[in-house]
Amino acid sequence: MPPRASPPASAPNSTPDSTLPEGRFDVAVIGAGIVGCALARRLTLDGARVVVLEKAAEVLDGASKGNSGILHTGFDAPEGSLELDCIKAGHAEYHEIRERLNLPLMRSAALVLAWTDAEAAALPGLIAQAQANGVTDVQALDAAEVLALEPGLAPSVQAGFRVPGEAIIDPWSAAHAYLLQALENGAVLLRGCEVTGGSYDGAGWRLETPRGAVTAGLVINAAGNYGDIVDQRLIGRTDFTLRPRKGQFVVYDKPAAALVGHILLPVPTKTTKGVVVCRTIWGNLLVGPTAEDQDERATATLVPAALAALKARGEAILPGLAAQQVSAVYAGLRPATQFKDYQIRRHEGQAYITVGGIRSTGLTAALGIARHVAGLAAGEAPWQPPADPLWPQMPMLAEDGLRDWQCAGNGGIVCHCEKVTRREVEAALTGPLAAQTLAGLKRRTRVTMGRCQGFYCTAELAEVTRGRLAQPMVGQDDGA
Amino acid sequence: MAHELPAECDVAIIGAGPAGLAAAAELRECGAGRVIVLDREPEAGGIPRHCNHPPYGLREFRRLMRGPAYAARLVQAAWDSGALIYTGATVTALHSGPRLTVSTAAGVQNIVAGRVLLATGVRESSRAERLIGGTKPGGVLSTGALQGLVHLRGMRPFQRPLLLGSELVAFSALLTCRKAAIRPVAMVEPCVRTVARWPAALLPRMLGIPLHLNTDLVAIHGEDRVREVVLRGPDGKDRSLQADGVIVSGRFVPEATLLRMGHLEVDPRSGGPVVDQFGRCSDPAYFAAGNLLRPVETAGWSWEEGCRAGRAITASLRGALPPPGGGLQVLAEGAALKYVLPQRLVPRGCGAGAADILQLRVTRPVAGRLVVTRAGAEIWSGQIRALPERRLTVPIAALPVGETGTLTLRLEERAP
Repeated sequence: MPPRASPPASAPNSTPDSTLPEGRFDVAVIGAGIVGCALARRLTLDGARVVVLEKAAEVLDGASKGNSGILHTGFDAPEGSLELDCIKAGHAEYHEIRERLNLPLMRSAALVLAWTDAEAAALPGLIAQAQANGVTDVQALDAAEVLALEPGLAPSVQAGFRVPGEAIIDPWSAAHAYLLQALENGAVLLRGCEVTGGSYDGAGWRLETPRGAVTAGLVINAAGNYGDIVDQRLIGRTDFTLRPRKGQFVVYDKPAAALVGHILLPVPTKTTKGVVVCRTIWGNLLVGPTAEDQDERATATLVPAALAALKARGEAILPGLAAQQVSAVYAGLRPATQFKDYQIRRHEGQAYITVGGIRSTGLTAALGIARHVAGLAAGEAPWQPPADPLWPQMPMLAEDGLRDWQCAGNGGIVCHCEKVTRREVEAALTGPLAAQTLAGLKRRTRVTMGRCQGFYCTAELAEVTRGRLAQPMVGQDDGA
Repeated sequence: MAHELPAECDVAIIGAGPAGLAAAAELRECGAGRVIVLDREPEAGGIPRHCNHPPYGLREFRRLMRGPAYAARLVQAAWDSGALIYTGATVTALHSGPRLTVSTAAGVQNIVAGRVLLATGVRESSRAERLIGGTKPGGVLSTGALQGLVHLRGMRPFQRPLLLGSELVAFSALLTCRKAAIRPVAMVEPCVRTVARWPAALLPRMLGIPLHLNTDLVAIHGEDRVREVVLRGPDGKDRSLQADGVIVSGRFVPEATLLRMGHLEVDPRSGGPVVDQFGRCSDPAYFAAGNLLRPVETAGWSWEEGCRAGRAITASLRGALPPPGGGLQVLAEGAALKYVLPQRLVPRGCGAGAADILQLRVTRPVAGRLVVTRAGAEIWSGQIRALPERRLTVPIAALPVGETGTLTLRLEERAP
């Protein structure tokens, strides 16, 4: 059966999302990143009437737009932390629901590798921590065993261990699926809708937005890199300060993916999990991230020297990379705070929950965070869960999945590098979660994300999207 | 255009640009049977389709043409010869056999061919490949994308872009800008000299566009659209320039991912397949021609290679080519030489579309003696003075074809 895009439920969008709906919501979620999307899904399935307020023109436009796409086991998470609980619950739930949502999973497993004596000395401690965290299937490996598993590695590797449960997913289709399931079961999404202020009257919230007031019984702040600012704005205080941590990545073209099977992890340091080398669900290979603290919240700037250093690091780990072509570079911002653990708290007497400081593990943990927060929200109202919720089917973009270009009636390939069909592009431009920006269209379909970065497909794509994105692809189309 | 793809054919050509179309017509004229050309674009003709300026066609049709008219003429010639051209047909995998996996709007299917010619051409390297810093706003385009927007869709993506690069294609971009009333704020070239030959280099001055040599584009800034660019000049200092777009031109790379994902040997220096003087790949049922072989040559040169490939494939189908393998391996040595091809010279390899020259390129401006050696003995030498992307050749007639071993090309640079 051909992969099916979610059924169009509305006409193509000309303005971002619908008009402001009437009436009071049970829950307002601020921020449509991976965490906000998972929250919207959980609370909708629990029976709440949910509105998601996103200040950007498109969802997943902040911290969630740039990560490594790994579904973690939590083997290296701090023992006894809320982060570990959420990772484990999120990991388990992803496995439970992914087939019903048509979400991909590449069971690659991970190797944690030691390249120096000091790193090798740290391995037993990490293995013990994995055991303590309930990840009991890790296997210690000597250098020969590591190289037998990954012959492409530099022979200077000293030792390592294997974590079978680490896997690779599509970070965007997962989040889109969570949000779409919420929307198809009654939630409302308002993009381009920044919460500029609000007040709580003891019974509910009135949130001010450029599109009018939104009222809700409970407010959940999932504003990512703006979490502390939203707290200040709404409850006049915050328990943490965000200092975004920038991560730059280098992506290699698809032939490079043949060089390695496992996710290659370094021995972590106090501040970072370190530079990872792994395949992506789309069949590329990525090297990254860097870890650079910065004050700037909106912009993650690419720095040529840092990218060159990542390439060099990648080639030191996997020498075959030297002959491979770079197909993309990107940078993301993780919402780091002064605390190591997640900052999730219900503020008593104010019907307000802060979900902050969700760093690189957020992709895995989101579903677990949503369950945890739903627990904090319980008792808010006698919500009636939908008896038979709808389960949207996501378009399959994984390299080893059944892709639309393999199916009849696809309309032909528009983006040759990523083999994106016209039918896939059309589907992403329609429905309740229709793409509003080129970046949003890229995350939904992968158009222009490949090696040519638009050399071949820009013109055709500009034609297909003309008049259909809130931000047009081409500055002016008044003719030449 | 033809519709239903056949399940088999005598020769399948991948890519309907100058090389592929020339080969198709030549094959038919030489008496090949079922010749099909597959192209993933909606229209056949390749890159010249959106290069709406001369000079095209001098070598092929002995007249000065614009790209689109030239492309149309090549397509017509291939049709008239009896070759079938399929557009919207993307080859997604190469297999031994030879067998191709092809995706169309109708899904995927396989085609079994007697011989396959790879003629997938080149593309410009992207902003990402060049590790340019800054943010990722809209309005950063290759020349190919710009020309697609302007010539094929009548769009104007920006008004005051920065133009990066000074290869021939950058001047093609300038002509496109001129036609679309786009006025680049400046043209920058990291090399100390303009890469393209005179008189192209006069064009920016004629158009009143400042040209900065020995200057790098280090960052692009902007949110939705490009706002400014950061240039690093010969003094090592950075300065900002307002611009609403960037044209990232040139630094071509063969469009060879299909090849890299398959079973054919790839030359890391050229980025294309390893071939012998007949354009024959490591799997002798596969041939290659045109810019897939190397970055980058003119359309006329690629057309000529396509014609030769047509003759070589005809001979191969008749069993008239010398056996593959053996002979001389041809290697470029040192960092100054970028590539040399063909990478192999088989014995008794003349006639029937065989190349009569080695093609090579340098990576930086050089002057000195180019030396060809075999087993330590000098076989040929010539004085050269060259810039990157300029054509350099060595006559194959001067080389000991028929012998075995390795021919090494080396540059003895003169002290500046």
